[in-house]
Amino acid sequence: MGTVPSALKHCLSYQHLLKEQLWIGEPAAPPSPHAGEEFQISGLPEYVKIVEVGPRDGLQNEKVTVPTDIKIELINRLSKAGLSVIEATSFVSSKWVPQIAAGATEVSVFGAASESFSKMNINCSIEESIEKFEEVTKSARNMNIPVRGYVSCALGCPYEGNIIPAKVANVSKQLYSMGCYEISLGDTIGVGTPGSMKKMLEAVMKEIPLSALAVHCHDTYGQALANILTAIQMGVGVVDSAVAGLGGCPYAKGATGNVATEDVIYMLNGLGINTGVNLYKVMEAGNFICTALNKKTNSKVAQASFSV
Amino acid sequence: MAAAKRALPWLASLRPISSAAAGSFPKQVKIVEVGPRDGLQNEKNIVPTQVKISLINMLSETGLPVIEATSFVSPKWVPQMADHTEVLQGIQKFPGVSYPVLTPNLKGFQAALAAGAKEVSIFGAASELFTKKNINCSIEESLQKFSEVMHAARASSIPVRGYVSCVLGCPYEGKIAPAKVAEVSKKMYSMGCYEISLGDTIGVGTPGSMKEMLSAVMKEVPLGALAVHCHDTYGQALANTLVALQMGVSVVDSSVAGLGGCPYAQGASGNVATEDLVYMLHGLGIHTGVDLPKLMEAGVFICKVLNRKTSSKVAQASCRL
Repeated sequence: MGTVPSALKHCLSYQHLLKEQLWIGEPAAPPSPHAGEEFQISGLPEYVKIVEVGPRDGLQNEKVTVPTDIKIELINRLSKAGLSVIEATSFVSSKWVPQIAAGATEVSVFGAASESFSKMNINCSIEESIEKFEEVTKSARNMNIPVRGYVSCALGCPYEGNIIPAKVANVSKQLYSMGCYEISLGDTIGVGTPGSMKKMLEAVMKEIPLSALAVHCHDTYGQALANILTAIQMGVGVVDSAVAGLGGCPYAKGATGNVATEDVIYMLNGLGINTGVNLYKVMEAGNFICTALNKKTNSKVAQASFSV
Repeated sequence: MAAAKRALPWLASLRPISSAAAGSFPKQVKIVEVGPRDGLQNEKNIVPTQVKISLINMLSETGLPVIEATSFVSPKWVPQMADHTEVLQGIQKFPGVSYPVLTPNLKGFQAALAAGAKEVSIFGAASELFTKKNINCSIEESLQKFSEVMHAARASSIPVRGYVSCVLGCPYEGKIAPAKVAEVSKKMYSMGCYEISLGDTIGVGTPGSMKEMLSAVMKEVPLGALAVHCHDTYGQALANTLVALQMGVSVVDSSVAGLGGCPYAQGASGNVATEDLVYMLHGLGIHTGVDLPKLMEAGVFICKVLNRKTSSKVAQASCRL
C-alpha cells in the first residue's frame, strides 16, 4: 500500500510476529463487562466444533495416493492439535455394514439435494438412496454407532445448477428423521455465497434443530469463509474443513475444494469463538502432509506464516 | 440488551440473531479497482507502459466506476510507477469513470495536476512505527505534509481520497487500537478527504477486529465516507468485507486477479481479487455495475503478461483447461 518500497523487509518476520505477537493466532481476549453486552447481541456461538475432513474428503481428492503410515501420522498430529472429530471413514453402502462390526466408531451417509447428482454419483434417485441409507442407519444404530448425514449440492449442482432451498430442507429432514445425529450441508462445488447460504439455512432450520446442523463449504470460488461466517451468525455451531485445504474440486480442474482448517480457526479465534484447537499444531500438521504430498498448501494462513 | 431482558422477561426466550444476519446490506456497492496501482506496484516484473494502458482500458469497459491509475511518486522508490505521466495521459477516460492517482506530497500533486489528474489519493497510517519506516516521520508530521496537498487540491477543486494503513494490525507494532484508527481517520476527513479507505495492510484482521475498528471509526466519520481495503494474506478478506457491508459500508477496494503480493511476507497474497468480490456481491443481490466476464478477461490478460497465475479463485474455477 502507499509508497512502500518493494525492498522493505526490515519488519518482524512472520515467524517472529506469530511467536511474539501471539494475539494473531490466539482467540480474542474475552470482552470487557461493558463490551460484553455488544458481543452477546451478536448472537455468535461461544463454541464451534470443527469436523476435520482432511484425511478422508481431502486425501480422497488428491491425485497422489498416500501411504497408510503417513495417513496415520497425519491423523495423530491432528488429534494432538485438539481436533475432536477427525473424519477417516469412507463412503458406506449397505454392503459395508459388516465393516461397522470391524471397529468403526462412526459412519457417514451421503445424500444429495440434486436428483442428477444422485444419479451420476451413486446411480439411483434421491428416494432410492434414502431407502438404502435407512438400512445402514438402522444397522448402525442397533450397534450404537452414530451416523452423520451429508447433503451434497446444498447451494448448487454441477449438473442442475440452482438448487431450491426447500429441496435441501426435505432431504435433510429425511436423513435426520432416520436417525442421523448431525446433518452436514455441503456446498459441493463452492458456488454458494452468503446470500444463498442464508436462504438455504433458513429453509433447513425450519425442519431440523440448529444444534444438529453443520456446514461444509468448499472454497472453489473463494466464498467459503464468508459463507461460514454467515452460517455462524445464524447460530450454526459445527463447521467442516480440511487441514491445508486438502482436496481439489473434481468438477473444476485445478480449482480448490475444501476450505482450509487453519484459515477457519484463524477467523474463529479472531471472533473470540472457542474451538479447542491449537492453530500452530494444525499448521504443523498441514506442513507435514504437504511435504509428504509434495504440494503447496491451500491455506492462506500457512502461506503467510511459513514464508521465508 | 441485558437491561432490556430484565425489563421484558419474554425477550430472554428470543433466540439472539445478529441484526447483521437479518440481512441488511447496502443495495449497491462502489468498487474501487486498485490493480493498476496498488496491484502492479507490488509485482516484481516491470510492466510496459502500453500494457498498463491496455489493462486500464479493459477495466474501464467492465463498468468499474473507479480505477486507480498510477502513482506520482519518485521512480527511485517505486520504479514500476515511473511512467505515471504517460499512463495517465495515454488511457481512455471513459465518461462516468474516475481515475484517481496517488500523490504522496505536493511535488507529486503538482505533477499529477499537470498530467491531467482529476482526483488524487493520499496515504496515512494508524501506526507511528509504520509511518516512521515508510516515510520517515511521525503521523502528526505526515498529516502536516498532507495538508499542503489538501490546500493545493482544494484550490484546484480536485477531490482527495484518504487511505489509512494498518487499521487492523501493523507489521512493526502488532495490535493497533481502534481509537487510533478513528483518530487518524477523523483528522484526514476533517482536512477535506471526501472518502477514507481503511486498509488492513497485512491482512491480519478478522471479522471480530473489523467490527471493533469500524464501530470506533463510525463514531467519527460518516458511514457514507468510509471504504474498506482488505488484504487476503490470511484468507480473511471476503469475510471481513462482509462484516463491513453488514455495518453499512458501501465502498470496497479490490484488485483484478488479486494482483499485488504482500511486501511483508514473501510468497503470500495481498489484495483481495475483484472477481471474487464481485461474485460475492452479486450473489448477495448487491448492484455493482461490473460485468464479471469482462473483468475476468482483464484478469487473464494481465496474468498472461506478468506470466503469473491469478490469485482469483473465481478465475481459477472458471478456467476449465
